[in-house]
Amino acid sequence: MIRAIFAAAFAVAAAFPAQAAVQIQELTSPGGIRAWLVEEHSLPFTALEIRFEGGTSLDAPGKRGATLLMTSLLEEGAGKMSSQDFATAREGLAADLSFDATDDAVTVSAQMLTENRDQVVALLKSALTEPRFDQDAIDRVRAQIESIIRQDETDPSAIAGQSFDQLAFGDHPYGSSKYGTLDSLAALTRDDMIAAKAATMSREHISVAAVGDIDAATLGKLIDDLLGSLPAKGAAMPPHATLGLTGGVTVTDFDSPQSVVSFGQAGIKRDDPDFFAAYVLNHILGGDGFSARLMDEVREKRGLTYGIGSYLVPMNLAETWQGSFSSANEKVAEAIAVTRKVWADVAANGVTDKELEAAKTYLTGSFPLRFDGNGRIAGILVGMMAEGLPASYVNDRNGYVEAVTLEDVKRVAQRLMTPDALRFVVVGKPVGLATTN
Amino acid sequence: MFRAFWPFALALCAASATAGEVTSFDLKNGLKVVVIEDHRAPVVTQMVWYKAGSADEKPGVSGIAHFLEHLMFKGTDTVAPGDFSKIVEANGGSDNAFTSSDYTGYFQRIAADRLEMVMKMEADRMRNLKLSEDDWKTELQVIIEERNQRTDSDPGAIFSEQRRAAQFLNHPYGTPIIGWRHEMEGLTRQDALDWYRTYYAPNDAVLVIAGDVMPDKVKALAETYYGPLAPSDGIGERKRPQEPAQLSERRMSFKDPRVAQPYVTRSYIAPERDASDQKKAAALTILAAALGGSSQTSILSKALQFDQKIALYAYAGYDGTSYDDTTFDLAVAPAPGVSLADAEKAMDAVLADVMKNGIPAEQFARIKTQIRAENIYAEDSVASLARRYGEALTTGLTIADVQEWPAVLDAVTQEDVLAAAAEVLDRRRAVTGWMMPEGATDNTTELMQ
Repeated sequence: MIRAIFAAAFAVAAAFPAQAAVQIQELTSPGGIRAWLVEEHSLPFTALEIRFEGGTSLDAPGKRGATLLMTSLLEEGAGKMSSQDFATAREGLAADLSFDATDDAVTVSAQMLTENRDQVVALLKSALTEPRFDQDAIDRVRAQIESIIRQDETDPSAIAGQSFDQLAFGDHPYGSSKYGTLDSLAALTRDDMIAAKAATMSREHISVAAVGDIDAATLGKLIDDLLGSLPAKGAAMPPHATLGLTGGVTVTDFDSPQSVVSFGQAGIKRDDPDFFAAYVLNHILGGDGFSARLMDEVREKRGLTYGIGSYLVPMNLAETWQGSFSSANEKVAEAIAVTRKVWADVAANGVTDKELEAAKTYLTGSFPLRFDGNGRIAGILVGMMAEGLPASYVNDRNGYVEAVTLEDVKRVAQRLMTPDALRFVVVGKPVGLATTN
Repeated sequence: MFRAFWPFALALCAASATAGEVTSFDLKNGLKVVVIEDHRAPVVTQMVWYKAGSADEKPGVSGIAHFLEHLMFKGTDTVAPGDFSKIVEANGGSDNAFTSSDYTGYFQRIAADRLEMVMKMEADRMRNLKLSEDDWKTELQVIIEERNQRTDSDPGAIFSEQRRAAQFLNHPYGTPIIGWRHEMEGLTRQDALDWYRTYYAPNDAVLVIAGDVMPDKVKALAETYYGPLAPSDGIGERKRPQEPAQLSERRMSFKDPRVAQPYVTRSYIAPERDASDQKKAAALTILAAALGGSSQTSILSKALQFDQKIALYAYAGYDGTSYDDTTFDLAVAPAPGVSLADAEKAMDAVLADVMKNGIPAEQFARIKTQIRAENIYAEDSVASLARRYGEALTTGLTIADVQEWPAVLDAVTQEDVLAAAAEVLDRRRAVTGWMMPEGATDNTTELMQ
C-alpha cells in the first residue's frame, strides 16, 4: 500500500486529493464471514455497519410491512431483557445501536466505546439472535407505524412518491409502501416476525465493515461471536421488476397552495459499462448544487421552484432515473414544460465540454470529502461490498469518472434519455394540467 | 421503535467537545477567527457567521435576513451572478448557507489545499455584493416558493409558526425566520442592501476554519483576505424588545384536513445559556433528556407509551443556545381512541410527579454517562464542532463557555434539575397547542374548568 500513499500525495500536489485517505483491510473471520476494516485509533470508539441484502422486498405474499415491523422490534426486547431493560442497558453503555429496513436491505449501525466494547457486542448479539417480539411491543410499534401510514395518506410528497412507485413497479414489492397497508399491518402476528427475520437476516447476503479503534484479529473474533449463529441462508431474492412507466402526466387532486411533482423514466444498471457516463450526465442535468441545468433553468432563471434535482436510482431489482420538485399551483405547468425541454435538449445535443470538465472536477474532488468520519466511512464500505465492488475501487473510482468523454455522454444521453417517456406525477391543484394516458 | 414525530425543530445538543485543538484570534478590523484542527482527512470547512438573524430585523421587513442570505450568491465585481457555487463545485467542494433567529451563516467544504480560494471569495462578498434588478426579483419568487414548500404545504409548520407567534408577544422571536408572506412579497432590493451594509462586516462576523489546517497558515490567509475589509459603523448594542412577564396561560388549537395524527404541544418560556452563567441551562438540558431523551426509557415515554399505553410518541426538547430567552418544549401524540384532553392531563400528571420526586437516580447516572460519551463521538465530525463554535459565538457565548459546557452539564445535581423544573414548568408561562384533523371536536376549554 506504500505505492497508493505516494500516488495520493502526488495528486494533492497536482490539484487536490484524487483518492480517499483510507487504508482498507479485507479480512475473512475465522468463521468465514467477509469484512472490511479501516483502523483509526485516534478516537476511542468503533463504528460497525452490517447490511443484509433483500430488505422489505422479501416480505412474504400478503405480509407487506412485516420486515419493517420486525426490524423496528429488534431493539424492543431480547433474551431475558424487556424493551425497557434493553434500552436501559444500551444507555448505560453509551452505545448507539440502530436498525432499519429499506427496499433492498436490513441495516444495522452501531457505535461503541472501546472501554465497554465486549458488553455492547453482547447486547447487539442478543438483539440480532434472540429478539423477543413480545406482543405488547408488537402492538405498540405497530400503532406507531399505522400512524405513519395515516400521515402519509395526507402528505403530498408521500402521495406523489407512492403514486410514482405504483406506476413504475406495479405489483412488484417496489410498487408499494414498505410500511404495508393498514390492513396488512393489522394482520401481522408474532410468527410473521420470526419468519421475516429468518427470511431477511442470514449470513448468505451479508456485508460487514468496521472503522475505528479495533484491529483485524479482534474484529474477526467479534464478527464470529456476533453473527456466527445466524442462519446460513435466507429467502430467495425476488425477481427483477418490469418497469411500467409511460410518458405523460398523472394528477392527484390535493388541496394545497403548491403542487409536488415526482418524475422519471427508465435508468441504468450499476454494473453497466456506461454507468459512469450516465452518472456524470445526471450530475450535469440535475445533480447536487446550484450549477446543474435543471436548477439553473427552473430555479435560477425563472424562480419557479425552491429546488429541483434528478438522480439515478440503481436498485437491486430495478433501475430508474427520477427527479422531484415543488411549484406553486399556477406555475407548475410551466415548470414541467421547462423540465421536459431541458431533458429533450440534453438528449438531442448532449452537454458542453465546459460542463463535462466542471462535472468531472466536482465529482472527483468531492469523492474523498465523503470519507470524513468513522460512521460515514463504514457506511460507504458496506455499500461498496453490497454492490460487489473491490476494495481498490476507492482508489480507482476517480479514474472511471476521468475516463468519461464528451462522446460517451452524448452517446449515453441518446441511448438512455427518453423525453417522450417521462412520467410526471403531480399532487396538488395544478392549473392547466390534467392526467394523460 | 419508530422515530418520525418531531413537532419542534429542536434537537437536544447534549454536550461539547473539549479535546480537538482550538485556536482563536481577532483581526484589527474586529473579525473573530476560530481554528479547529482535525488532520485525519485532507478536508477543510470554512464557515462565516454573522451576528444578524431574523430577530434583528426591523418591523415590517420580516424575512429580509433570509432573503439576503439567498442574494449573497448573486455575485460581486469579480464573481459573476451564480458563479460562487459553481466555482466551489468545480473545485470539488460543496457550499450552502442558513439563517436563524440569531445568526446567518455561509459555509464551504472543500479539499484543504483549496482553502485560500474560498477564503478569498467569502471575504470578497462580505463587502462587495452586487445586485442586479433581474436577480433580486427572480430570487424573491424563489423564497416565496420556499415558504410554500416548507411552511404553507405543511400543517405542522403552519401551527408551529402560529404557536411561536403566540409565545412571543413582544420579542421578535415570534416572527418566522422566512418571514410573513405579505411582508415577503413587499421586500425590495433596497431593503436587502440596507441589511447587507449594516451587518455584513468583519466587526459583526465570526470566521470558523475547521479541518486539516494549521492556525498560523489560517492567520496569514485571514489577514491577507479579510484583514483589509472595512468595519461597519452600524453595529450597535444588540438589544431586542424583550417579553413582558407572561401571567396567563395561552392555549390554541388548529385544524387542518391534512392532519392525520393529532398531538398536543406545550412550550414554556425558558432561560438560555448565558456567558459564564450556563448552570440553569445545563439543568434544563438534563431535564429535557430525562423527560424525553430516550424513546424507550425517558420519563414521559415510559409513563405514557409503556405503562399507561395512551401515547404513540412523547417528546421533550430544550436547546439553550439562543441569544435571548428560549423555550422548553413538550409534545405527546395520543394513541388511537385517546383524546387530546386525556393526553394532556396525563402529561401534566407526569410533570407533577417529576417536580415532586425528581429523576430516578439510575436514569440520572445514565444520562451523565451518555453525555460524557457524546464528547467522544462528537470529535468524529469536525464540521459539527465548527457549527457548535459558530452558533455559540453568535448567540452571546464565548469559546470558554463552549469548552466548559460538558463540565457544567456533568456538575448538574438532582436539586439543580428540580429547581429549574419548578421555575420553568409553569403553565401560566406556556403555550399549549392542540393539533387536530378537520372535523375533530374542539373541547380545549374543558381542561380549564
